[in-house]
Amino acid sequence: MDSKEEKVKIITEEFVENDEDADVGRKKKTSKTQRQKGKKQLCTAGPEEMVSGKPHGGSQQGPAQEDPDPDTHLLSIPAQRGPRSLPPLPSASRTGFAEFSMRERMREKLKAARSKAESALLQEIPTPRPRRLRSPGEKELETEFGAEPGKETKRTAQDNDSQSYSRVKFRDCVRKVKSKPPPPPGFPSAEEAYNFFTFTFDPEPEELEEKPKAKSRERANQEEAEGEEEEPPVQGDEEELLNGRNEEDFLLGLDHGAEDFLVMRPAYYESVHVQLQKERELLFIPSRLTVPTSKKLPENMQPRFLEDEGLYIGTRPKVPRATQNIMENRLLVQEPDRRWFGDDGRILALPNPIRPSPSRPPALTQEQDIHAELETLYKKAVRYVQRTQHMIGSGDFPENFQLDIDISGLIFTHHPCFSREHVLAAKLAQLYDQYLARSQRNKAQFLTDKLQALRNAVQMGLDPEKSHSSVDITPKAINEYKSEIRETRKLRDAEQETDRTLLKTIIKVWKEMKSLREFQRFTNTPLKLVLRKEKVDQKADEEAYETEIQTEISELLEEHSEEYEQKMEEYRTEYQQWKAWKKAQRAKKKKKKQAAEEHHDEEAEEPPPGDGPVKPIPPEPIRQAVLEQEVRERVARSRRRPGEPMLVPELSLAGNVTPNDQCPRVEVLRREDVKRRSVYLKVIFNDKEVSRTEGRPLGADFRVHFGQIFSLQIVNWPESLMLQVYETVGHSGTTLLAEVFLPIPETTVVTGRAPIEEVEFSSNQHVALDHEGVGSGVPLSFEADGSNQLILMTSGKVSHSVAWAVGENGTPLIPPLSQQNTGFRSALKRADAISSIGTSGLTDMKKLATWAAESKLDPNDPSNAPLMQLISVATSGKSYVPEFFRLEQLQREFDFVSDEELNRAKRFRLLCLRSQEVPEFRNYKPIPAYDREIMDKVFQDYEKRLRDRNVIETKDHIDSHRAVVAKYLQQVRESVLNRFLVAKHHFLLTDLVIEEEVPNISILGLSLFKLAEQKRPLRPRRKGRKKVTAQNLSDGDIKLLVNIIRAYDIPVRRPTTSKFQQPSRSSRTFRERHAASPTTHSPTHSADYPLGQVLVRPFVEVSFQRTICHTTTAEGPNPSWNEELELPFRAPNGDYSTTSLQSVKDDVFINIFDEVLFDVLEDDRERGSGIHTRIERHWLGCVKIPFSTIYCQARIDGTFKIDIPPVLLGYSKERSVLAERGFEPVRSLSEGSYITLFVTIEPQLVPGESVREKFDSQEDEKLLQATEKFQAECAFKFPNRQCLTTVIDISGKTVFVTRYLKPLNPPQELLNAYPNNPQATAELVARYVSLIPFLPDAVSFAGVCDLWSTSDQFLDLLAGDEEEHAVLLCNYFLSLGKKAWLVMGNAIPEGPTAYVLTREQSHYLIWNPCSGHFYGQFDTFCPLKSVGCLIGPDNIWFNIQRYDSPLRINFDVTKPKLWKSFFSRSLPYPGLSSVQPEELVYQRTDKAAAAELQDRIEKILKEKVMDWRPRHLTRWNRYCTSTLRHFLPLLESSRGEEVEEDHRAELLKQLGDYRFSGFPLHMPYSELKPLIEAVYSTGVHNIDVPNVEFALAVYIHPYPKNVLSVWIYVASLIRNR
Amino acid sequence: MAAAGPSVFLLMVSGQVESAQFPEYDDLYCKYCFVYGHDWAPTAGLEEGISQITSRSRDVPHALVWNFPIDITFKSTNPFGWPQIVLSVYGPDVFGNDVVRGYGAVHVPFSPGRHKRTIPMFVPESTSKLQKFTSWFMGRRPEYTDPKVVAQGEGREVTRVRSQGFVTLLFNVVTKDTRKLGYDTGPSDTQGVLGPSLPQGLPP
Repeated sequence: MDSKEEKVKIITEEFVENDEDADVGRKKKTSKTQRQKGKKQLCTAGPEEMVSGKPHGGSQQGPAQEDPDPDTHLLSIPAQRGPRSLPPLPSASRTGFAEFSMRERMREKLKAARSKAESALLQEIPTPRPRRLRSPGEKELETEFGAEPGKETKRTAQDNDSQSYSRVKFRDCVRKVKSKPPPPPGFPSAEEAYNFFTFTFDPEPEELEEKPKAKSRERANQEEAEGEEEEPPVQGDEEELLNGRNEEDFLLGLDHGAEDFLVMRPAYYESVHVQLQKERELLFIPSRLTVPTSKKLPENMQPRFLEDEGLYIGTRPKVPRATQNIMENRLLVQEPDRRWFGDDGRILALPNPIRPSPSRPPALTQEQDIHAELETLYKKAVRYVQRTQHMIGSGDFPENFQLDIDISGLIFTHHPCFSREHVLAAKLAQLYDQYLARSQRNKAQFLTDKLQALRNAVQMGLDPEKSHSSVDITPKAINEYKSEIRETRKLRDAEQETDRTLLKTIIKVWKEMKSLREFQRFTNTPLKLVLRKEKVDQKADEEAYETEIQTEISELLEEHSEEYEQKMEEYRTEYQQWKAWKKAQRAKKKKKKQAAEEHHDEEAEEPPPGDGPVKPIPPEPIRQAVLEQEVRERVARSRRRPGEPMLVPELSLAGNVTPNDQCPRVEVLRREDVKRRSVYLKVIFNDKEVSRTEGRPLGADFRVHFGQIFSLQIVNWPESLMLQVYETVGHSGTTLLAEVFLPIPETTVVTGRAPIEEVEFSSNQHVALDHEGVGSGVPLSFEADGSNQLILMTSGKVSHSVAWAVGENGTPLIPPLSQQNTGFRSALKRADAISSIGTSGLTDMKKLATWAAESKLDPNDPSNAPLMQLISVATSGKSYVPEFFRLEQLQREFDFVSDEELNRAKRFRLLCLRSQEVPEFRNYKPIPAYDREIMDKVFQDYEKRLRDRNVIETKDHIDSHRAVVAKYLQQVRESVLNRFLVAKHHFLLTDLVIEEEVPNISILGLSLFKLAEQKRPLRPRRKGRKKVTAQNLSDGDIKLLVNIIRAYDIPVRRPTTSKFQQPSRSSRTFRERHAASPTTHSPTHSADYPLGQVLVRPFVEVSFQRTICHTTTAEGPNPSWNEELELPFRAPNGDYSTTSLQSVKDDVFINIFDEVLFDVLEDDRERGSGIHTRIERHWLGCVKIPFSTIYCQARIDGTFKIDIPPVLLGYSKERSVLAERGFEPVRSLSEGSYITLFVTIEPQLVPGESVREKFDSQEDEKLLQATEKFQAECAFKFPNRQCLTTVIDISGKTVFVTRYLKPLNPPQELLNAYPNNPQATAELVARYVSLIPFLPDAVSFAGVCDLWSTSDQFLDLLAGDEEEHAVLLCNYFLSLGKKAWLVMGNAIPEGPTAYVLTREQSHYLIWNPCSGHFYGQFDTFCPLKSVGCLIGPDNIWFNIQRYDSPLRINFDVTKPKLWKSFFSRSLPYPGLSSVQPEELVYQRTDKAAAAELQDRIEKILKEKVMDWRPRHLTRWNRYCTSTLRHFLPLLESSRGEEVEEDHRAELLKQLGDYRFSGFPLHMPYSELKPLIEAVYSTGVHNIDVPNVEFALAVYIHPYPKNVLSVWIYVASLIRNR
Repeated sequence: MAAAGPSVFLLMVSGQVESAQFPEYDDLYCKYCFVYGHDWAPTAGLEEGISQITSRSRDVPHALVWNFPIDITFKSTNPFGWPQIVLSVYGPDVFGNDVVRGYGAVHVPFSPGRHKRTIPMFVPESTSKLQKFTSWFMGRRPEYTDPKVVAQGEGREVTRVRSQGFVTLLFNVVTKDTRKLGYDTGPSDTQGVLGPSLPQGLPP
């Protein structure tokens, strides 16, 4: 059963295992199982089948299998869902189980079924087993048939066993299969499990019987599973019969099998211990404890603290101790062989790179004056020069600096590949070198000579006769000489002894080498030592030897005798003392004896005799024999014996190296190894590799010749120079053998003068080789017994020379010493100093030096080197102080093209300008791909503008003053524009995100109220149109809609018959003056007009951007058109951005014409057959609306006054009888003609938002707060009323508005005009103000921002919008003694605007400052439609009345119920000073200049008229022109009033034969263009009657301060026939 | 023309807005539009599009498939302002209001070939909890004034967004003459780099 049991185990586990486990296990198992296969089938399947019989149907088998393990149902349920459909069960009762809602029925059926099943079960139970047991035995593909049975096994096992067991089993199954460990105690063995499974079938039915009902529900679910399990048996049976179906079964089984296996696993649980165990295997938690230093260092190494040895160690970055410990522990465990630890046992770390203080000098506040040395200086751009750039201050030192490094070769004094012989040879060579060096110096000889000289000197000193020359040789000097002789002799003896031992060693080594060569029977080195014996004259030698000894002995004797003398002296003195003491003692004793006889007790006090001085021993006299003996011994030791030949060793390379074929194998191996090796050097300059030598093979003599010279052209101050020796073995990697530091040469060392020097290096490399090579770092012994071991390390010498190069002209290419002080490195180094002594201290070297001394800088710190040098230079007096400070030293490194080149690139320039949003290029697209495709003229405009910024050109602006003003305006505009550009790129959340406001109660209530609102109210409200953001628009998208509704009081034609009629009362002139007292008209009517005759046939023509549309012709003086005209709108440059739209300067001209039909039929006879008429149109007047107004207002709706020329020849303003009667009271106040219009833009554009810039202010903070509060209160009460408290002045500062109001004197000239008529003066002043051109801020400043200029600025600029006009007018009125206020309100067509209110005796007058007109408070045609607030020079009153129409409000500001005042009792007026000047200064305008301008304008206009008539001849009637020219000044003086009749009479008198149509135009002068436009809009030039003639006269009336009033009289004349 | 070499390069993008992953949301549609620099001009195809409403897939959880085609050709002289596709996804909320479900943008891939891009989408956040509630309640979530702002960096610092879902896009990019104008965007091709000055044997 053993084998069987094992097999079952295998099967079970195989299914339980995961795929990966299975793979492992399967291979082994299959081999096993296949072996047992045949047997199994017989012994298991066979018998059991016989016992149990053949299965009859799957249906009965199901319960049999499930019922034994009711506890595992829950586990198995999820697994038993299956895609296979249930075959119909034989027992019908079973099917019902699925519906467990019918539990009762089911129970009954269950009973019936049970009885059936019981009978069937016993026979059926074993059926799965044979399959199960056999299936693994067959092939892999059959295993799935055993799958479910396998699970069954599992389940049964689980039934009994604890969960943990099964878990463990699952996990360790592979292991178990392999090793079959004994089952854990308490758990059944696999055998038991199997047996359990095998033999528990009998009780199953019983269990089923016991608790079938409880399980009925589960079983209902399980039925599905039954179905599943049904199939395998069937298949299995078939398979037994038909092996050919195996393949198919496999395929079928595959997809189900995998699923089932996966799901069958029980919940995974691991006990904590196992978990921990596993974690322990996997995880490593480094300890936090400090690692003992010994662990971190290689064995037997003492930690070495470089800092204690005086070397510089940078401060390490701060790392918490615990972290360090963790890291160290980790490193020790993970990579113990990597060298993470330094000599001091700590982790290697670079010095902390973070500086304690910033290197940038502190920003200087503006108040402080900038230090002279920090002032930025303009430095001309320098062409990028290679190599010199960041040796800082390169501009001053244009040379190249060059360091020549000559690497001649490399000699290894030890190398791993050295053979023993090599080792000896190297030793020998070394010794020989030493010997050579010594003999070259010959110190022994030198000392001998010196000794000789000294002896002579002493001799001479002692001999008084000879010493006459040197009288002053004193005995003291002689003594000195003697001592020197002694010293020298000692030295000489030492030298001689060394020489001798050296020689001896050389010989010894050579002997060793020879014996080695003999021993190994080959020679590796060509080294050969020859000892040359130099014969010496034995006698002389002996003599010299003997004399030498003798002198020495005598000297020594002398010395010793001296010494003896001295000692004797000492002895004697001591002896004397002793004797004296002795005597004294004796005397004492005697005394004592005497005393003792008297006083016995005194005896005890006698001191012991031993206390006295010891009796001195006399020194021994020197004995010559002993001395001589000593000397001789020593001499024999250190000196050549007399007669012995002098040995001179000579090392030669003459020896022969044994060829390879005669060498033993190991040696050949060694030689081959040597051949494979090559060496190269890297040159490392300032820690950067700059070059490397070629790799040269290692010679057999371990010498490498490079002979390469590297010329380093350097830009940085050399800080370190290093050679790295690399060795390459074969094709494998290179190893760094050693690093050799070369000293930076002194500045005096230049190429050619530099000696070749040798620098030794050594490596601590450990190499052990398997051939003759001795290796390095491994013990080596020459002795046979292996004693006397020595360890040799790889070492060698590099011969090199480093020198500064010499330039072509002989100058050494050495950076000047002071140079390095300005180097950027040092500049950075000084950063620390900055914090302590401030930036100014940097240039004060003394200060810096003291700082350096105080702060105890480490002089060895390489990073402090420049500073140290600087200080040393500074303290020595000479210093080079940089005169500039450079922040971005390396900036030039990054310039890839020079600036000029970059500027020359047109494409780049274009891109730059576009990105800067320069107006000309803001929307330039597309920029061509190549420079050559960009036309030069693209830039012309821009360049011209740049050029013109400073040049005042008078071509565009006809008079020079305007040009200056225009320029100034341009500059202001630019500065404002720049501010706007900045503000435009500043976004608020609301710009980007649409978010609903948090609804407050009122809105909520309103919205609730809306729900109850009628869907279709009887009085519908207009709904706002959808606004369009201006960005995604293009040409043609925007249209201007002009709805012309009706007109009133159009002038009517004057019948031509009444040529000479005197003006009648009924024909009213224009410009009737009626300021205070309306004239009453008698209801008489003209007799001139027969009833029914057409008075006038007006039509309206709208022109905008040179597009013209017109209405149909209506009839009568009060026509009604009600037509909508549509005009396209084009934005300039196709830029539909808000700013661009705001700055559109175009006006909409609404011209009213009279259509006149003329009969052109010349022959009356043809009248019957045709009508020949010519249509002429006569201009009656116009309304001009700026586009910016429409844009900002979105729509303009109202009745406008038609601007009718003062003189309209051929027309008069007639009233129909009806009109005069019916509307007299209403119309009486009005004059002129009116037109009702509705103008809008389709689609509606979002008007630009005002800039949300918080402007700074010089106002009192309290005042500003009060203004905010006031405004908030006002806005809360009347959100639609304009309330103005602060405005922005031209320099962009917030100013309280009342500061603008102050009495200012009008020009004296105007005051003098009507000295007795204040009303006339006021009108004249108003006219003067209105003559100053109107220019809206939005246009000039491209954005909705109301800039208020003061009156003098306004007069200088000669342009401004309503506020400026109103302020000036108000100031004039104040100065005239009127009570005047600024009215902020809404008017048509301007929208929010400023008017002026004056208080006359009994009533108020409202003045339009831009037109100069004034209106009574109750004038219905007053353009001011609402009043927001009044501003006086000392207060602001906000309108809190119910109505805001001037007709309905009370202007009495003293009533606090009607007007809310800003300054009140709680906030008294603080007495704000005005921003206006004290007085306005007016200079008289140059009349001659005005006359000149007049001529030029006339000429230009005439040319224009001719240009507009390209197909016709334009004739000018000079006579008429001159007449008109005379007439114009009259018009000016009378301001167009009361002159018409005279004028007409005069004209008619002069031009009797002509039909004349024309009119004077009047406008303030700003530029030429508006004049041209105005003339064009009248359409005078449009007459194409062949014989038409024209007349055009211009008159300019100069007012003070260059205010010009321009009159243009245009007329066409047609000769009457 | 043949001698002068090209003065513009062309970028043809075809592809589709494949699918989206918006957990919890259903019945979404998307709009796309292209944002490009001054030097770019579309020569053919649609610059903007709005897709059908798609419902959640039953098979793949969370996947909303549009397969909405994109096909546009640009011409340009300058790679600056390379086109970006801006997507905005909308769908009904619990009350049936149409609210935005995500904005996202990605550059059209530079190199020719087939590219798949998955863009994370995000929506602006309400500025306060109360507003969040009211916006949820009223069905008026915060939206960008112009979806194109998601293609630019300017002004974004004032907004706060929450990420919400992903959209997968497929681009097939074909370029013409980029190499001739000196812009090497793709993998090296067989034609080799031809300088703009070299005469081109282009068929007229």
